Amino acid sequence: MSASQSKTINIRLRVWRQESREAQGFFEEHELKGVLVDMSFLEMLDVLNEQIIKSGKRPLEFESDCREGICGTCSLVVQGQAHGPVRGATTCQLYMRTFVDGETITIEPWRAKAFPVIRDLVTDRRAFDRIQMAGGYTGAKTGPHADANAILIPKDLADRAMDAAACIGCGACVAACPNASASLFTSAKVTQLALLPQGQADRKRRVIRMVDQMDKEGFGSCSNLQECEAACPKKISIQNIAIMKQEYLKAALAADFRAGMGSADGGA
Amino acid sequence: MSIELNPGIPEGPLSQKWDNYKANMKLVNPANKRKYSVIVVGTGLAGASAAASLAELGYEVKSFCTHDSARRAHSIAAQGGINAAKSYPNDGDSVWRLFYDTIKGGDYRAREANVYRLAQNSTSIIDQCVSQGVPFAREYSGELANRSFGGAQVSRTFYARGQTGQQLLLGAYSQLMKEVEKGKVTLFPYREMLDVVMVDGKARGIITRNVTTGEVERHAADAVVLATGGYGRVYFLSTNAMNSNVTAIWRAHRRGALFGNPCYVQIHPTCIPVSGNYQAKLTLMSESLRNDGRVWVPKKKEDCKKDPSTIPDEDRDYYLERKYPSFGNLAPRDISSRAAKEVCDEGRGVGESGLAVYLDFRDAIKRDGEAAIRERYGNLFDMYHEITNENPYRSPMRIYPAVHYTMGGLWVDYSLQTTLPGLFAAGEANFSDHGANRLGASALMQGLSDGYFILPYTVTNYLGTHAQDLLKKVDVNHAAFESAEKEVRAEIDRMLENGKKGKRTVTEIYRDLGKVVWDKIGMARSEQGLKEALAEIEKLQKDFDTDLLLTGDSKLNKNLEMAGRLRDLLELGALMARDALERKESCGGHFRVESQTPDGEAQRDDENFAHVAAWEYKGKGQVPVRHQEKLVYENVKLSVRSYK
Repeated sequence: MSASQSKTINIRLRVWRQESREAQGFFEEHELKGVLVDMSFLEMLDVLNEQIIKSGKRPLEFESDCREGICGTCSLVVQGQAHGPVRGATTCQLYMRTFVDGETITIEPWRAKAFPVIRDLVTDRRAFDRIQMAGGYTGAKTGPHADANAILIPKDLADRAMDAAACIGCGACVAACPNASASLFTSAKVTQLALLPQGQADRKRRVIRMVDQMDKEGFGSCSNLQECEAACPKKISIQNIAIMKQEYLKAALAADFRAGMGSADGGA
Repeated sequence: MSIELNPGIPEGPLSQKWDNYKANMKLVNPANKRKYSVIVVGTGLAGASAAASLAELGYEVKSFCTHDSARRAHSIAAQGGINAAKSYPNDGDSVWRLFYDTIKGGDYRAREANVYRLAQNSTSIIDQCVSQGVPFAREYSGELANRSFGGAQVSRTFYARGQTGQQLLLGAYSQLMKEVEKGKVTLFPYREMLDVVMVDGKARGIITRNVTTGEVERHAADAVVLATGGYGRVYFLSTNAMNSNVTAIWRAHRRGALFGNPCYVQIHPTCIPVSGNYQAKLTLMSESLRNDGRVWVPKKKEDCKKDPSTIPDEDRDYYLERKYPSFGNLAPRDISSRAAKEVCDEGRGVGESGLAVYLDFRDAIKRDGEAAIRERYGNLFDMYHEITNENPYRSPMRIYPAVHYTMGGLWVDYSLQTTLPGLFAAGEANFSDHGANRLGASALMQGLSDGYFILPYTVTNYLGTHAQDLLKKVDVNHAAFESAEKEVRAEIDRMLENGKKGKRTVTEIYRDLGKVVWDKIGMARSEQGLKEALAEIEKLQKDFDTDLLLTGDSKLNKNLEMAGRLRDLLELGALMARDALERKESCGGHFRVESQTPDGEAQRDDENFAHVAAWEYKGKGQVPVRHQEKLVYENVKLSVRSYK
């Protein structure tokens, strides 16, 4: 950090402005001089906003919260890529040292039918909550349970479940997918719980309901383009999608499921 | 008028108090439960677990959060782990030991009965989380893995890589979403709570603002739970999230809820140092790193700018191991932070600013191999690399203390009820369990203990006790809602109107506040500094009232949200200074330079300060009133905290 402390660059920004969901959006241009290369990308936008406020205009709206890559709040398409050009990182983990002096940087919101723009760079991602709501849980209630070590879980299984559980629900997979599919997001939860013994009781119901909800929300289908995996800041593998498809098929074909569950929205 | 602060601790021996509470509490019969509604504000570990658990009991729950989704609450960022007295490693742990470590770690400023209950609940939390499918780290045997955290000599910390908070929160969130699907919880995302509504002396609702539309709304209920986190953002720079704030609990404080121990703040020893003056937040490096990393600075000032790998062992000062041989690098947070400040004050800090110490993995990598270290801390090392552009596998990390957690918060009794009847506070939002310093991996434990295993009992007891009153439903057209909404609207309008005329942005005033609070109510506090802080904060309050520059409209406008929060943080900052000024002793994270032992350790004054300070709001610009709750120790002997 110290070596490059004082190094600065000048940049030009093209940022998406959109007053409301219904309004027509457009690109607004700004120049920023003397940007420290050790600044994070979002700190650079903070500086831009100070400049905008001082000129009496409405600041640029963008979302962020933890600024350490775990809450999944930040959500910008930078230079045409969800979360920008660095792999395995969220927008808040992007640093200005990634860019060169004189570069023009284009910043857009997630673009997907199921994620409507609220204002500027802020989109409404509540569709993810509704997918989760459809079955992304084990059904355990608060109360006494068997001792945590009563069921042994092999380490490699626990590790694989953790790989899938690392999803931060940011929506980059949807933003990167030409079909705006939410398959990577949905499959990560399906896989985590399908692998673990605690997820077995409602395994079939879960995958059917979550996939159906995903379709209802207007997300597209997966056609194995693998853009989602490339954009995922947590490097969630598309193997999860393969597992989800297999789980879905098995559940849909299972006689006991069809007899016991009825239609997908009926619940058990 | 003096307020009677009755903690309401149940009768009986320490280990039976919680059982006694449960045996004597009032119940609500299953058919009647659906007649009651409970508002839960916040969806972090405490809020999400409380909302899910209360809904499972049958209450109608309304869950509020400021984000788009409950899953984004800042509990998600907790890295290292969660403590529980499972004693799986067979290394001498027990409920008593966890209780004792927590009381001692808090420097004998927490309530015995609360802490004991916390330790008792800890084991159920792990069982609960495993049943939700939380993928905790495991051994090859398939059993759960444990590691150590500061202030303990046993391994009782459960973890999920470096993302324990995330996995626990997603567990609670999934349980919450299950209840949403069942229709027992209604979600209100994108809401900021701006007032508590009191009707006939009971909390009966809240006023919120929808941050996307700007609408100000009224919500009624029979009890209100605030689980809105801590107030570390008063320092501007902290490890807290951008949206973490004090507003919900501060508005409750303004309505009459007493504020406990506001000066107790945790400054975490291992954070990535500040760089430049544009930063908006700091990043924590988990305390778990101190299991394998060794903390040091050069013995000689002239070595501070040298490449650390060229400094031989005999010229390194492993100061934590030297000063605290029995706990070494795992000394508690307050002590480790102060020790780092001390060596930097002596001029032996490293890095560009001289405000950093080394956290070195050289010996651990030599001993266990790089692969083992990567397995344990890979994501933390990556995070460090991303931020600093330096590879911690090759050269030591540079770290420095930063604000991380606030032990103070709304005063609550044993049932987690504030001084406002029907208003409960849980998790970091209350002051209850950590005394003057919180041990690592205990915040997650407390949040989940409050939400899963305490509030479902104590809220039920409240509803059962006041059934006669509460079954007379209050409507949002009640005059109390009317006037509370009016006040909230007037305040927003006033900020937007004043904001047209001023010159100083929210960020500028906020940054100034942060600097005052960090310099004068940070790791070392003096009478003179605290008095200066009061004067400087008063000046900033004036700037805010008369010279604020605010643009944009009343719809989605982050800057407007920040302005409202800053208004509250300015008042809070002043209260922290007063509290620190009045507490003329050092304890835990509160270090008064006038009160130290000859070797520079915190010097408590049990005779005069073995109490909780609970502050009463008296109006804007008025001097608040300090009340006391005496802390009674029947089971633990007050002694000098030693980690030597």
